[in-house]
Amino acid sequence: MANLVALSPCEGLLPQTIGAVTIAEIDPGPVTAILPFKGQDKAVGEALKSALGLGFPAPGRSQSKGGARAIWVGKGEALLMGAACPDLAGAACVDQSDAWCVVEIVGDRAEDVLARLVPLDLRASQFKRGHTARTLLGRMTASATRSGAKAFEIMVFRSMAETLVEELTRAAGAVAARG
Amino acid sequence: MRIPCPICGTRDRREFTYQGAAELLRRPAPDAGDAAWDDYLHNRDNPCGEARDLWFHEAGCGAWLVVERDTATHEVMGAELAEKVAS
Amino acid sequence: MRIEGRGLCQSNTSVPFTFDGERLTGREGDTLAAALIANDKRVVGRSFKYHRPRGILTAGSEEPNALVTIGHGPQQDPNVRATVQELYEGLEARSQNAFPSVSFDLMAVNDLMSPFLGAGFYYKTFMWPKNFWEKLYEPIIRRAAGLGALSGLTNEDTYEKAYAFCDVLVIGAGPTGLMAALGAARAGADVIVADEDSRMGGRLLAETGEVDGKPGHAWAADIVAELATMDNVRLMHRTAVTGAYDQGTYGALERVGQHHPHQPGKPLECFWRIVARRAILCAGALERPVAFPNNDRPGIMTAGAVRAYLNRWGVVAGRKVAVFANNDGAHRTALDLMAAGVDVSAVIDSRAEAQALGDYKLFTGAQVIGTKGRKGLESLSIRQSDRTLRIEAECLAVSGGWNPSVHLACHMNGRPEWNAETLSFLPRDGMVPGMTAAGAARGQFSTAACLADGARVAKEVVIELGLTPSDTAMPRAEDRPYRIEELWAVEGRGRKWLDFQNDVHVKDVRLAAQENFRSVEHMKRYTTQGMATDQGKNSNVAALAVLADATGRGIPETGTTTFRPPYTPVSIAAMGAGSQGEGFAPKRVTTSHTASVDRGAPMIEAGLWYRPSYFPKPDERTWQESCNREVTMVRNAVGICDVSTLGKIDIQGPDAAAFLDFVYTNTFSTLKVGRVRYGLMLREDGHVMDDGTTARMGKSHFVMTTTTAAAGLVMRHLAWVSQALRPDLDVVFTSATEQWAQFAVAGPKSRDLLDAVVDGGIDPESWPFMACGEVDVMGVRGRLFRISFSGEHAYEIAVPAGYGAALYRVLLAQAETMGGGAYGMEALNVMRIEKGHITHAEIHGRTTAFDIGFEGMVSKKTDCVGFSASRRPGLLEESREQLVGLHPVDPAGKLTAGAHLFEDRAEPVRTNDHGYVTSVCHSPTLGHDLALGFLTNGRARHGETIKMVDHLRGVTTLARVCDPVFFDKEGARVRG
Repeated sequence: MANLVALSPCEGLLPQTIGAVTIAEIDPGPVTAILPFKGQDKAVGEALKSALGLGFPAPGRSQSKGGARAIWVGKGEALLMGAACPDLAGAACVDQSDAWCVVEIVGDRAEDVLARLVPLDLRASQFKRGHTARTLLGRMTASATRSGAKAFEIMVFRSMAETLVEELTRAAGAVAARG
Repeated sequence: MRIPCPICGTRDRREFTYQGAAELLRRPAPDAGDAAWDDYLHNRDNPCGEARDLWFHEAGCGAWLVVERDTATHEVMGAELAEKVAS
Repeated sequence: MRIEGRGLCQSNTSVPFTFDGERLTGREGDTLAAALIANDKRVVGRSFKYHRPRGILTAGSEEPNALVTIGHGPQQDPNVRATVQELYEGLEARSQNAFPSVSFDLMAVNDLMSPFLGAGFYYKTFMWPKNFWEKLYEPIIRRAAGLGALSGLTNEDTYEKAYAFCDVLVIGAGPTGLMAALGAARAGADVIVADEDSRMGGRLLAETGEVDGKPGHAWAADIVAELATMDNVRLMHRTAVTGAYDQGTYGALERVGQHHPHQPGKPLECFWRIVARRAILCAGALERPVAFPNNDRPGIMTAGAVRAYLNRWGVVAGRKVAVFANNDGAHRTALDLMAAGVDVSAVIDSRAEAQALGDYKLFTGAQVIGTKGRKGLESLSIRQSDRTLRIEAECLAVSGGWNPSVHLACHMNGRPEWNAETLSFLPRDGMVPGMTAAGAARGQFSTAACLADGARVAKEVVIELGLTPSDTAMPRAEDRPYRIEELWAVEGRGRKWLDFQNDVHVKDVRLAAQENFRSVEHMKRYTTQGMATDQGKNSNVAALAVLADATGRGIPETGTTTFRPPYTPVSIAAMGAGSQGEGFAPKRVTTSHTASVDRGAPMIEAGLWYRPSYFPKPDERTWQESCNREVTMVRNAVGICDVSTLGKIDIQGPDAAAFLDFVYTNTFSTLKVGRVRYGLMLREDGHVMDDGTTARMGKSHFVMTTTTAAAGLVMRHLAWVSQALRPDLDVVFTSATEQWAQFAVAGPKSRDLLDAVVDGGIDPESWPFMACGEVDVMGVRGRLFRISFSGEHAYEIAVPAGYGAALYRVLLAQAETMGGGAYGMEALNVMRIEKGHITHAEIHGRTTAFDIGFEGMVSKKTDCVGFSASRRPGLLEESREQLVGLHPVDPAGKLTAGAHLFEDRAEPVRTNDHGYVTSVCHSPTLGHDLALGFLTNGRARHGETIKMVDHLRGVTTLARVCDPVFFDKEGARVRG
């Protein structure tokens, strides 16, 4: 019997370049939600460190090492992306590889485009490279991370991929139309 | 309106869901009797001035907060994690 | 009239536009108002109530008269202020509230009737008979009175909303604002400068005075240029800050695409939410007219507007101009006009001690007591001591003093304070936390005072922000004293207008006082003073001064009406930007969405999700036919249905089982690993919140399923319980809904189907009813649950969502070889009703476990959420409405959802109500309609005949009460 073939959340929708921004889907690789049990934060952080060289991120922060990244996504929860989850006795590790739609928006006007959708202070002085936040994008709950001087990574739940692309392209179109 | 989430920092109120007075944290014992439960479930003050409310940072970190604010001036004095208040 | 050589924009590019269909030309840089004045258009609108001809009064956003409609068709935009609208090639403007035209308006008959239409006229006249109001009076009044109209067509234009953040928001970019911005920016603060004008500079663009040895406008341009080069400064032109809100949030409306011909895709407006640590209110001041008889004739303008039109745009509203004022500043109007070669016929000053500043004819201690002119001003009568004179003028520049723009400072309920020296209301400190007023907005009226005040406040603010202020040299500028004497209204024959937009005159306000509407808020409602688009920016202070006089109180005691946002009108389209059509809510689609749509399934919304309603075959004409076939297919063969929308919560931790025991009414700590159990969740008040199955995947690992509708609610509830009620429990959880694509495989052939798909097949021994575990599906690790909502032998199979589309296709192809296929929400609903399974139609928030017959699930020794409240006597009485099944006595009888239940012979009225129907279907399995519903003491009434009455649809059917499980009561099929 043939094997099942996987589709990405934004299959056929991205990439798109609109004015000064490019919106592209990112394959995050394996994604695992890590939720340390009571009093295990430190042990889990150390176990992550010895296995992958990165720790459990503080609220609002992300870490990366090689291809692996750890992004804080909520109270007591981080996503390990781009690496298989090591054995962590002190935490719940939940596979979320297919749960998130991950896109990157890059370009001179990326911050302007997101300012139309996200109620977050995205100024480079406040929201630096590696900073991350759980917030809203339009009416969707989202995760936003600054991935570069002019680049942001946005995650929403997979089922809302189409709406995410619509919101981003609409905002980008309006920003581009201002010239 | 902006709420100072102890985990995320000050955020737009759109990220939060309002629940009601912080008295909901003082859950009576199962056998506390009908009067205590009735009070817990249904009776609330309606203060003009300082109030302690529960807000859920639903589109943020997922923490339940006790927010201290003034219903007359709209000043928000602060917020703490409901978990800390409860335990 | 255009004055050559005057105006800031010296390009001679002419800009063609139309006004009421007439082709006219203006000049680059003109507002529509400036261009109309250049073209000698005097009457530009008709007043709201009396349809009096009105001309341009001001040169700013406070304009009450010159409201026009721009564009046509879906893009028609009413009530645009001609004083704000920038001219562009092809601009199409029309006057409003006149028929057939502004110069000849039939509705002006209202003006002749005006003795009968005074304040309170409508309240007094149309009170009786009562029903005449809605049917007769209101429609007539609405047609006669009014502003511009919408087209009624769908507007496809783009609007935006956006957020911005800064350390210092500077509101207004006049001399004060520019100095404030410079001070804050040079100290390193992140600054946003928002100014409603197309060009920054404020009054410096309208006056001839010099700043720092250069023309004021040139100095402003230099400062703006410097600010524009700074990375920490954002200049927002055409952006009116419209509201001050909590915690340093400000609303602002930016005009993005309204000053040039329509550009597809470019937003017309953007509504900003600006969050600022500090704000400096440099909104300036607005000049107020004086109420004198017939002071509303076109050609009568504020003095500051006359200077603005002359100095900024090079236009004058008449060949001969007179000035009427109670302060020194207005005299500059005469000087500027004379310097431009315009004939100034007189300056009339109400102050006895007034001095002429130049070579013009000055009447001191004099007042204007009347005006003449058919379509606009031709002459004035003035009174000086006991003599009356006639003076020729086509334009009268009036100044009754200036009102600081305190509006934003008052948006959080603060009241401004009366200042007897400047005869104006000034903001108090701290009215809006974090906001400080500076310059003319706090009564500093000379240019030098404004510059100094802007710099001073900026310094204060940067120190508070922890920055070091930089030394900025103070530019030199005029520092003339204000010198004003009180003058609100001039006595004499004829109406003395206060509020031009709402046609309120002095007598109306006095009448209000006489009829005991003495509070300023009552006066406002009684007379309509200060309502509509301009909110009385020109007239409120004068009106309350008249009220103070009429009631014998002072102005401070009388006070102001409440200032509320928005400062200037904000279009609903801007506030609702992005929310049209599907933009209103996110759309959640399952991995089988495309396949379902390809099969012609109509999609229905379930919360934010889209789910297939049914899958029509070519020969099926109605949904019912498709639904019947799908039900029969599942009952006899096998059906596939995407159930990924149900909430899935992954719960882990040493205390995971104890946590579930607390949130569910029933026990989960006793559940074996590899098994699933149905659970019921209560709210703390004892009513049912949600239900669903929870699978134990490991000793301390559970996967909870919620209903599609309550997934978010349950997540919030679990967070509440773990953080607030049971922080002692060591448990963590996260939503796994989106990770899994999950499909129900239901029907007697479901095992055979899965046998062919699951690697290694399905061993009946290992997969009894309510078993769960991991399986491999065509090389992919997935999960299998033997659970059933249909009442058939059924499974739910889950794979990571990326594989969902592929698995769905495989399952369907396999099912179709076995006489099965896809089924939708309609069939799913029929089968669950046949089995008496509840949904949120039944657990609608007012039902208890007792009501649905599940009180046994609450009977336990340990505490759980809702346990105590569910034991309250009122929630356990037999007389409560209890869940029952209903089927029609006549098999052809119709049952309808929402219908009410009555005893057979009782009259179907509320007092005889015995319950209601929650869910209805036609059962192809049993050949008749079925219903679930709630009936008083229903469990004891099985077998009884009851009357179902649907008042809304006009259906009455006799039904028999029965057990809610209609089909396979013993559950033989599900276990088989």
